[in-house]
Amino acid sequence: MLSVDLLSNALVAGLLLGGFYAAVSIGLAISFGQLDIVNIAHPAFTVVGSYIAWILNSHFGLDPVLVGVLVCPLFFLVGMAVYRVYYAAFERTGQESLSGLAFFFGLMFILEVGLMLVYGVDYRLVSASYIGASVNLGPVGLPLRLVVPFVAALLVSGGIWLYLSRTFTGRAILAVAQDPLALQLMGADPVRVKQFAFGLAIATTSIAGSLLIVIGPVEPSIGRDYIGRVFAIVVLGGMGSISGAFAAALILGVVESLVSTFAGPSWAPAVSFGVLLLTLAVRPAGLFGRR
Amino acid sequence: MIKRRSFVRASLATGVIALAAASGSLLSFAAQAAQPLKIGFSMALSGGLAGAGKAALIAMEIWRDDINKKGGLLGRPVEFVYYDDATNPSTVPGIYTKLLDVDKVDLVVSSYGTNEISPAMPIVMRKKLVFPSLFGLAVNDQFNYDRYFQIMPAGPQPKLDWSRGFFELAKAQHPKPQTVAIVAADSDFALAAASGARENAKRDGFKIVYDKTYPPSTTDFTPIVRAIQAEKPDVVFVASYPPDSVGMVKAAREVGLKAKMFGGGMVGLQFAAIQKNLGPMLDNIVNYHFWVPAPTLKFPGIDEFLKKYEEAAKGKGVDPLGQYLPPYAYAYMQVLEQSIDAIKSLDQAKLAAYMHSHTFETVVGKVKFAKNGEWAQSRVLMTQFRNVKPNDLEQFRDPGTQVVLYPPQWKSGTIVYPFNE
Repeated sequence: MLSVDLLSNALVAGLLLGGFYAAVSIGLAISFGQLDIVNIAHPAFTVVGSYIAWILNSHFGLDPVLVGVLVCPLFFLVGMAVYRVYYAAFERTGQESLSGLAFFFGLMFILEVGLMLVYGVDYRLVSASYIGASVNLGPVGLPLRLVVPFVAALLVSGGIWLYLSRTFTGRAILAVAQDPLALQLMGADPVRVKQFAFGLAIATTSIAGSLLIVIGPVEPSIGRDYIGRVFAIVVLGGMGSISGAFAAALILGVVESLVSTFAGPSWAPAVSFGVLLLTLAVRPAGLFGRR
Repeated sequence: MIKRRSFVRASLATGVIALAAASGSLLSFAAQAAQPLKIGFSMALSGGLAGAGKAALIAMEIWRDDINKKGGLLGRPVEFVYYDDATNPSTVPGIYTKLLDVDKVDLVVSSYGTNEISPAMPIVMRKKLVFPSLFGLAVNDQFNYDRYFQIMPAGPQPKLDWSRGFFELAKAQHPKPQTVAIVAADSDFALAAASGARENAKRDGFKIVYDKTYPPSTTDFTPIVRAIQAEKPDVVFVASYPPDSVGMVKAAREVGLKAKMFGGGMVGLQFAAIQKNLGPMLDNIVNYHFWVPAPTLKFPGIDEFLKKYEEAAKGKGVDPLGQYLPPYAYAYMQVLEQSIDAIKSLDQAKLAAYMHSHTFETVVGKVKFAKNGEWAQSRVLMTQFRNVKPNDLEQFRDPGTQVVLYPPQWKSGTIVYPFNE
């Protein structure tokens, strides 16, 4: 049944969902898209962010999204440390392709098992005044549980885009993605730049994790559900493009929502990945990717 | 003289040999008596079903400790051999093959859940073993295995009995609701539950206006709930897993679902952490359960068991109350225990025959199996949440928070209808 109300609600729900997908993917657009690091543990870091939000929310009543922002610097340092290990063990010796993938696969398991051992396997949820509430703009309902992640994703993506395009370090990150040797000839250390960029990528997962637990319950292995989706968004957006990843996340969210509403939710993944394949057939470099 | 000395020597030697033989057989008997009786199984200790799987393991370990305190089974201490199946059905056949061929376990029981039980069936059937199973919906419908015993009280027609109570309650309302929406996760359990719901709806004269499945990785359920709302169903039957159940309840409240009855087969709404977090959002939802602290369900031993469970579960990051799965995980071991005690052997044919022909006294009440290994009489409870307070775990120990509406034999309250009243 097609009605204007249903269509507008489906579009808005899709945009909100896409915003959340963007929050989870934007860090990967840096690490995988720009640094060529296949960080398959990216969603697992996001789940760690969810657990920190849960701990501070359940013990001290802190707002989960605020926790995500406050913990960002810690995640940034962890990200830099992880890159150092990865560089020393694999990248320096040119073994980053397969061994690096195994490294991040192992890291994913360590994070999952670590959470399991310390906090068990029960579902974890947070409380906040905006969870379960919604506001209506005419016929369109806006669940605040999804509006908050959308706004947060917009701010994070916008902030990172501005940082990469307007600051010296940001431009150095873009440069290292294009030609590390040329960057080295200019007197900059590509390893330090990559280390900083990877730290930034992991820092975004603390916010993404807090948004994940705002949307629904979390258990240690729930990150696996997002691996395929976040890599698809980065590829669809055009490897390394922040604005591309954001746009791709919105497209995927809207497609999922429209298909769920009008054709049936079981078709949503097939149609979403169909869109990905079609886009890559027409634009192999992705939506905003350089040819 | 020589002859007499030889005779004495021979007698002494014979005596020594006889003594040695006797002591040897005594030693070997003692060794066999002390040899542990090994029960093997796979369990979801990580992955999506780990919350329930780990709680089940705690309950089974309580049973093991209880039985060992009483001297074990057949005079042998009971030992568990188990592996984490990571909520991944593809790991299950390998685990049961290893349990039987390498670990040489004496008995097997199942993992938790439909998706994890089915893959073990061919292995267990090949060895002709008795297979007590934990919460699989209609698994034996395809296999027809005469040594399968399901502890979940779905009933002799599991697919139909699962949702029968939900539709019986719906059709008893005045005026009778006319239309129904069915939505289910794309997985073995939920599809089986939805198929039964479909048949029940048709039998009871409901018109199905929405009938869809969703992929288990779905993040946002508001588009699904809006699509359901657009069809204006009187009744919404949902068959979902824990994260989806939470998403579905939140979306229903955010969208303002106008159905008169909502719920049915939502797994997760029985888990304490989820109940506590959803709080008043649960009000008036009618959903299945297998045990709630209603006065009608005070079976002998249940309170003592739950007390032990709560103590054992502390600090382990599992359901702190354990009202859903743990009593049944304890009970399926009790069924095995009582059968072995009665036939005094591990003969699988005799065990199966005994389990088919007898009624068992367990912490979940009397258990009697039908020919297909399901409960002879269904006891799928339809319960309704009432006046749930936010962020309060203790209220779920009280009988008034979840009242039993169906079956009439176990009823502890009457329905609040419509759902969004």
